[in-house]
Amino acid sequence: MIIALDDTTSSKISSELLRARRTAGSPAQGMVLTMIIVCDESEYASAMEASMAAGREHPSRILLVVTAGGRNASLDAEVHIGEGTPGEVIVIRMRGAVGAHPASVIRPLLLPDSPVVIWWPGKAPNNRAADELAQLAMRRVTDAASSARPLVALKERARDYSPGDSDLSWTRLTPWRALLAAALDQYPAKIKSVAVEAERGNPSADLLAAWLHARLKVEVNRKISSGPGLTAARMTTASGDIAITRPDGLLASYAVPGQPERLVALKRRNLTELISEELRRMDADEVYERTAKSLLDAEKRTTAKPGAKKAGAKKTGGKKAGGKKPDSTHRVAKQTARSR
Amino acid sequence: MITVMRPNPLREPEDRRLPRIAGPCVLVIFGVTGDLSTKKLMPAVYDLANRGLLPPGFALVGFARRAWAHQDFAKIVHAAVKEHARTPFREEVWQQLSEGIRFVPGEIGNEEAFSKLAETIADLDEARGTGGNHAFYLSIPPGLFQTVVDQLRSHGLAEELPGRWSRVVIEKPFGHNLESARELNRIVSSVFPASSVFRIDHYLGKETVQNMMALRFANQLFEPVWNNNYVDHVQITMAEDIGIGGRAGYFDGIGIARDVIQNHLLQLLALTAMEEPNSFEASQLRVEKQKVLAAARPPARMDLHTARGQYAGGWAGGERVKGYLEEDRIPADSRTETYAAIRINIENRRWAGVPFYLRTGKRLARRVTEIALGFKRAPHLPFSKTDTEELGYNAIVLRIQPDEGVTLRFGAKVPGTQMEIREVNMDFAYGGSFTESSPEAYERLILDVLLGDPPLFPQHEEVELSWEILDPILDYWASLPEQPELYEPGSWGPRGADRMLARDGFSWRRP
Repeated sequence: MIIALDDTTSSKISSELLRARRTAGSPAQGMVLTMIIVCDESEYASAMEASMAAGREHPSRILLVVTAGGRNASLDAEVHIGEGTPGEVIVIRMRGAVGAHPASVIRPLLLPDSPVVIWWPGKAPNNRAADELAQLAMRRVTDAASSARPLVALKERARDYSPGDSDLSWTRLTPWRALLAAALDQYPAKIKSVAVEAERGNPSADLLAAWLHARLKVEVNRKISSGPGLTAARMTTASGDIAITRPDGLLASYAVPGQPERLVALKRRNLTELISEELRRMDADEVYERTAKSLLDAEKRTTAKPGAKKAGAKKTGGKKAGGKKPDSTHRVAKQTARSR
Repeated sequence: MITVMRPNPLREPEDRRLPRIAGPCVLVIFGVTGDLSTKKLMPAVYDLANRGLLPPGFALVGFARRAWAHQDFAKIVHAAVKEHARTPFREEVWQQLSEGIRFVPGEIGNEEAFSKLAETIADLDEARGTGGNHAFYLSIPPGLFQTVVDQLRSHGLAEELPGRWSRVVIEKPFGHNLESARELNRIVSSVFPASSVFRIDHYLGKETVQNMMALRFANQLFEPVWNNNYVDHVQITMAEDIGIGGRAGYFDGIGIARDVIQNHLLQLLALTAMEEPNSFEASQLRVEKQKVLAAARPPARMDLHTARGQYAGGWAGGERVKGYLEEDRIPADSRTETYAAIRINIENRRWAGVPFYLRTGKRLARRVTEIALGFKRAPHLPFSKTDTEELGYNAIVLRIQPDEGVTLRFGAKVPGTQMEIREVNMDFAYGGSFTESSPEAYERLILDVLLGDPPLFPQHEEVELSWEILDPILDYWASLPEQPELYEPGSWGPRGADRMLARDGFSWRRP
């Protein structure tokens, strides 16, 4: 059932929801969370599809907020309920001055007590702490890969991280991280160095490199390949490489020293799966936080040695970086202190 | 191989996104042509692979009396997966799996076949890097266990070497009485240590059963009333709407009490009634379950507090159905029960005086498994008698299947009346509030076997304790000269079961 409400208000939407639930036969709510999706008309269709599918795993009230400019303030809504819609989906279109006060519309529509998640499938506000809608949510999901300059976006988000933030470029890594961790479960060797290969501008690859650097405390080489996405992660041990290589984005080969090479399905996951994973946890992701910090440190480290040529840095990487470390971490600390 | 153990730097306790992936291993299924194997085991293996929980080096070996080659078996698995898997079929996942699929034809008693099996497994250890880790799934009648276990030992497949493991998985029934359960355990444990024996009771793998522990021990709301101060009786029901179907050979002479009460219902009873474990470690959980099972007693008066029945022919759910005695391959004078209801008393402080009624049956009105805690009436009702005429008793119902969830029943005022109070339901539906397709029980259990994580598997002690409860009842029934009472198919069981509860002043819930 789709009910269109033109030129409406929050309370009219609320009462329409209640009425629609009653006519659908069950006024009971099994919904576990409210998800706010902020997007524009071009992202709307794919966001709607992903959120509906994710809603099947986590029935929720989905508020799709579509803002547009315009001189006249207007608020239109569309209520989707029943018939293949898990939970409730409400599309809210704000134009003109209303769009500047979105929280006033959304706040009355949040489910009582249960968690609120906000997701920007496309462009996310730069200063999320000051964003009205972001403040309503305890979990904020962004997707650096969808921005024009993914790496810049990712670093920006890492810089003003607050608990509850996460980025889909981190979520995309879970299967890779799981495999790498499992490889070390089975083959607990000392790792000497690490290489991560991915296509240009892949934010996940940088996060993976940062995570491996932070956890293994070794130099991580970041190489460019032709993709798609992440193509390989290699951890070098004394007796050879632990390598996961995925040239086609579907099926990876998995090699551990002294063991035959094997295949493992490692499909690039779609938005639905990513959002479903995101919704599984509502608390802050400390591992992401530390990884994001480590990503920024890495940036500081490279900018901290302006004289070093690229090739030279690679060769003497271990020693030099070790020597420089105290200095660079110091710089980072200063930097974050200032930005707060 | 590296023998020094150091903590894995890539694992942090806070990192809850990372699942545990089983190590490389071989899963050998005996009796691979059976229904269970095609409908449950193979799809579960695929679903695990699809969820990324199986290691890259995983191998599946089938053993059966068929002249199949590896590819033939792979085709069977492929078909089973396509038809029964829960998650969508993906070619790359299949490619990962199919690399490690092997088949060994042969009889269970045949030396040569087992040499071939040992060879195949050794090859896989080499080719797939499974490193000598093997799980043997015995999906075969218990009568054959001895042979298989002996064969495994004599071919060196059951050896526990450092750094590798060898596990055996067995399905219910775990014996048909205390004595046979001990015998079975003797056979299996003569070769495998207790910690390597995994008894699968697929009920315990269900999300809702695991949720029972979350409900009881993660909430403040329920525990205070979870005792004999507030609860006056508990009903645990497992009903099936189907008859015995093609299981005549297995079912006749065994009966539903052995088939269902001994394992499923007594396990549910243990989880409902046990004290809070110190932690969810397998050993702690087991201690609590054993304690409560040791305190559970069969009724003193078997004639008053047990009931059994056999379904008659007639109409059930709009279909004409045969009675039990008319089913194929069932002797016309069979006394095997298809319905059983018993009362259990738990003799400890929490539950003294609270009867637990367990019932199960075939050809009942619908398929349902649930646990219902009935509460005492409020000690004083400040309403007139007529106001509360329709008020039953408060209840917490844990619905295990289908439509998993929790129901609370309480009284509410009927709108528009002066003060009329009636029972209402408050429902939490698992399907509604969480994943539409929660993992199949077998997925969880197979993964736990491969990980070596035993909390969900009953151990031998629990099996023995439950036979100790059930044996006297079975003996009593065997001593009766008459047939089990007939009941109408599609009903809720024989009259005798209703009388049994009426004696204590209760009545069965209609689930």
